[in-house]
Amino acid sequence: MENSEKTEVVLLACGSFNPITNMHLRLFELAKDYMNGTGKYRVIKGIISPVGDAYKKKGLIPAHHRVIMAELATKNSKWVEVDTWESLQNEWIETAKVLRHHQEKLEASNCGNQQDSPTLKRPGQKRKWTEQRQDFSQMTSRELKTKGMPEVKLLCGADLLESFGVPNLWKSEDIARIVGDYGLICITRAGNDAQKFIYESDVLWKHRSNIHLVNEWITNDISSTKIRRALRRGQSIRYLVPDLVQEYIEKHNLYSSESEDRNAGVILAPLQKNTAKAKP
Amino acid sequence: MKNQIPVVLLACGSFNPITNMHLRLFEVARDHLHQTGKYQVIEGIISPVNDKYKKKDLVVARHRVAMARLALQTSDWIRVDAWESEQPQWMETVKVLRHHHSELLLRSQSQTEGPGDKAFSPAPAAVPKLKLLCGADVLKTFQTPNLWKDAHIQEIVEKFGLVCADRAGHNPEQYILESPILQRYQHNIHLARDPMKNNISATYVRYALGQGQSVKYLLPDAVIAYIKDHKLYTKNSSWAGKSTQRNEEKTS
Repeated sequence: MENSEKTEVVLLACGSFNPITNMHLRLFELAKDYMNGTGKYRVIKGIISPVGDAYKKKGLIPAHHRVIMAELATKNSKWVEVDTWESLQNEWIETAKVLRHHQEKLEASNCGNQQDSPTLKRPGQKRKWTEQRQDFSQMTSRELKTKGMPEVKLLCGADLLESFGVPNLWKSEDIARIVGDYGLICITRAGNDAQKFIYESDVLWKHRSNIHLVNEWITNDISSTKIRRALRRGQSIRYLVPDLVQEYIEKHNLYSSESEDRNAGVILAPLQKNTAKAKP
Repeated sequence: MKNQIPVVLLACGSFNPITNMHLRLFEVARDHLHQTGKYQVIEGIISPVNDKYKKKDLVVARHRVAMARLALQTSDWIRVDAWESEQPQWMETVKVLRHHHSELLLRSQSQTEGPGDKAFSPAPAAVPKLKLLCGADVLKTFQTPNLWKDAHIQEIVEKFGLVCADRAGHNPEQYILESPILQRYQHNIHLARDPMKNNISATYVRYALGQGQSVKYLLPDAVIAYIKDHKLYTKNSSWAGKSTQRNEEKTS
């Protein structure tokens, strides 16, 4: 298939990145290979969006450190970048809204880019483009997608998929929007229950064609929680996070038993928000 | 610290190519030995196996050594040693241990005898203990008939010692129980628990490279760049590797 016929995809990963690890970075590589391998998609960009401090997760260190670490970690990546929009919001933002923000941003910049495109400056093509542009403005965002607009999809591990089942953590309409309007690329371990989890959820099953399960053949036991624990115990985290991230953590002494106590006893923002709404 | 036994860790293997898992092995082992309070790990040595080992898909040692060197350029305590790979023949691991042991003896003798070294180490330095570093999977291969000589296994655990990092799907305690030799020298076998196990097998890395898939973050960027530059582990490289090997035999 020609590149032009393929749907362009932007992968968005939301999370604490406290700190970012090689496992997070691997998710992007695996998802890109998988999506490109289907022959239907072409992954053009990856976005890491660290959660804001208002998320109130235990042990969450300030966003500016988490953003800098993610930037250091992606310094040598040609296609994955960090976006600070979510982390700069005063309130915690639902993931569905982060997806919407990035889809809209992409559509806005894509229209702009195509206008500036040098190929369009050739005589004879200019008018054609202007006509097209008028058509675009009358289309809804759904129609734009089918006209070659890149699609933002949420990239996650199996733990996020399974967190859809945690009461009050997600609004059901948000889950429907994430899998219905955008799509999910979920990296799972062989033999993981992700498939069963989708089958047992009506909304996930309905949108199952929009959920891509990617097998991870290499067991990867790295987690940010374990990284922080190793740091508190003075154990090496080398080769588990990029060297630049390790240096940054050491230089600023970011993780200690004190930092682990941040937000201790505070209810997680989504639980606060969704539980309050559920009350009569 | 005083009274701590200095230790040098030696890892033998194909390193075809070296991955982050190999590098983690050293970090996990060092943490484990330091936490006993009894040892001070002063050096790590990676010794890529000789081409005559004749393992399938083994690229020439020159490349494997170069990749290990690139992977270790940012480590301040692990180094690659090409001695094993430069020998005319493949040799048993115990012989590699003997070689490095004698090197350590020579080094400590020249250190204590050398002039001007007193400024560096006022107390006479103890000869470091050399220990073989391996994954739990290697303990299991001790059971494979005809792969290891019993006398060699005994020498490794009796004279040197073993530091063994656990691997997903392996039970080192069980392997020790099943072997009378390992059981007898249990005190000389250190089992290092890895809180973040991974199984980045070099076999998988070669497969992924052959498929044109990304191996980024599984091995250092510098190694990936080297593999690309030298077109290693492409789909036909097993054939290319074999012919190169044959040529080397003819010229040597």
